[in-house]
Amino acid sequence: MTDNTVNGSNTNIKPGGTSFVRSLLNAWSWLFLILILGFFEIYAQTQTGSTLLFRIYNLQAISIAASQILLLGLGLTLVIVAGHIDLSIAFSTGFAAVVMALIVRTAGADADWVTVILAMLAGLGAAALVGAVNGWLVAILNVPSFIGTLGTYGIARGAALIVAGGATVSIRNDHTRAFGNGDILGLPVPLVVAAVLTLVCHYLLKHTRFGAHTYALGANRASVERAGVNVKKHLILLFILSAFTAGIGGLIYTSRFSAGAANAGEPILLYAVAAVFIGGASLTGGQGTITGTVIGAFIIAVIQFGLVFCGLPPYWQFVAVGLVIIVAVLVDQSKDRLMGGKS
Amino acid sequence: MTALLKIDGLRKRFGGNEAVKNVSFEVNPGECVVLAGDNGAGKSTVIKMISGVYQPTDGKVYMNGALLTGKTPEAVRTAGIETIYQDLALADNLDPGLNLYLGREAVKHVLGVPYLDRRKMREDAAKVMLSLGIVVPDPTAPVREMSGGQRQAIAIARAIHWQAGIVIMDEPTAALGVPEQREVMALIERLKKQGVGIILISHNLPDIFAAADRIIVLARGVVAGERRPAETNDEEIVRMMMGATL
Repeated sequence: MTDNTVNGSNTNIKPGGTSFVRSLLNAWSWLFLILILGFFEIYAQTQTGSTLLFRIYNLQAISIAASQILLLGLGLTLVIVAGHIDLSIAFSTGFAAVVMALIVRTAGADADWVTVILAMLAGLGAAALVGAVNGWLVAILNVPSFIGTLGTYGIARGAALIVAGGATVSIRNDHTRAFGNGDILGLPVPLVVAAVLTLVCHYLLKHTRFGAHTYALGANRASVERAGVNVKKHLILLFILSAFTAGIGGLIYTSRFSAGAANAGEPILLYAVAAVFIGGASLTGGQGTITGTVIGAFIIAVIQFGLVFCGLPPYWQFVAVGLVIIVAVLVDQSKDRLMGGKS
Repeated sequence: MTALLKIDGLRKRFGGNEAVKNVSFEVNPGECVVLAGDNGAGKSTVIKMISGVYQPTDGKVYMNGALLTGKTPEAVRTAGIETIYQDLALADNLDPGLNLYLGREAVKHVLGVPYLDRRKMREDAAKVMLSLGIVVPDPTAPVREMSGGQRQAIAIARAIHWQAGIVIMDEPTAALGVPEQREVMALIERLKKQGVGIILISHNLPDIFAAADRIIVLARGVVAGERRPAETNDEEIVRMMMGATL
């Protein structure tokens, strides 16, 4: 494909200046995160005489916002590295949230742990079903993932609303509430769940054969096919994983708010996609890391929280996040130009 | 000498189109067999049936006497047949080590948990590349940063590293400059000396005559003829490619 466009002459010589700029570009999201944290902290200190960084409450609020974005963005990162996209996660989240809430509500306020766990598994099953359909569309029927998952975005949305009867399914159950609002070793449960899933996804992508095949798939599908990897199965697993992490986001939503809503994940979809790209992924696939997505999620969460903290109308966060996405793409482009790689 | 690879009556039909009608030949250890033919003669279809990418409509492939037909591409590779495609099939974003091991990655265990053994893969890649006379400047850099010749060498390194008995090369010199074409021809000689059987796909006459021990000409899906380079000439090969009856 791009084989004969590669030109060795400009890549063998690496002047110090270029490699410095390159490592700067690779680390830009870290720098950017530090920069906005510094900005909001200075603003808080000088303008309001308070602090953003040195209050546990603030850090916890930012972390929980970031973990919501992360839960949708973790599986999505692997899908994007493989050169695809999954838009349906918005409603895999909602579908899982509603299914879990319905079962808990049916079981009643005094439903025990076992019932709650079964309800969670059922919610995850509903999300995984959406993922399996995505995988089937993309891997077996060769539907472009953008279109295929846009279709299941609609289908999952409708399914969640139909199941919920078009309303929010509120529940009253102590176990559920404990899961959504309790803490483990002083850390909120949603944070712990997101952290564990982050580690698992990081391990999967960086340290396993599955991860190596995911990167290769994003760069050159033929390379993996000819290496004897079952690409169809791989793609189906990727989409199930994506729906699965989003589904966990739905379970946490239901548990935190004691209510399952069909649109639980809808406002987060764009943030999740943005976090993956801010974290260094590329639309053409083959690039991106879980670490990058974590930083991307934190950048967005800090912007969301920081703007409100500064007393600006919350709508400015949409503008700010939009700007950051554009910057991320520009950085990605100049990186490609420096590497002399892509045509 | 017993044949390393035996191809017996391969046939492939795509819908109403019979791309390969009846192709049989053998490859011996240390021998380079050139499959020559015009575009659409069925060369690529034949090698895809050998490498397991296509299942033949009819016919059989044997390696060392064992039946290969019906096996997956992975099983065919394990049996010792490595295919180097024209586009090399490299993952440009990965380093030479992972490309060398793609699909068969080396794994180490830390507390029972499997991890990719990147260092072993990188060291092995550098070693095999060195045996081909190529120094990898940065073993951690993605192969996209390498030159055309170096990338070709990675593909050939795969065959050497996995100790292939048969190497199939599809137009290996098509995208290369003249010095790199010579390197590839030298690599073919080196593979032959190691007792590797080679199937070379080409329609470049100088390449064909330089590399071949036997030339098998395909035309419209059948073997139009078989010659040794010493007993034929350009003109006759071209005539056979064009499908002239003999």
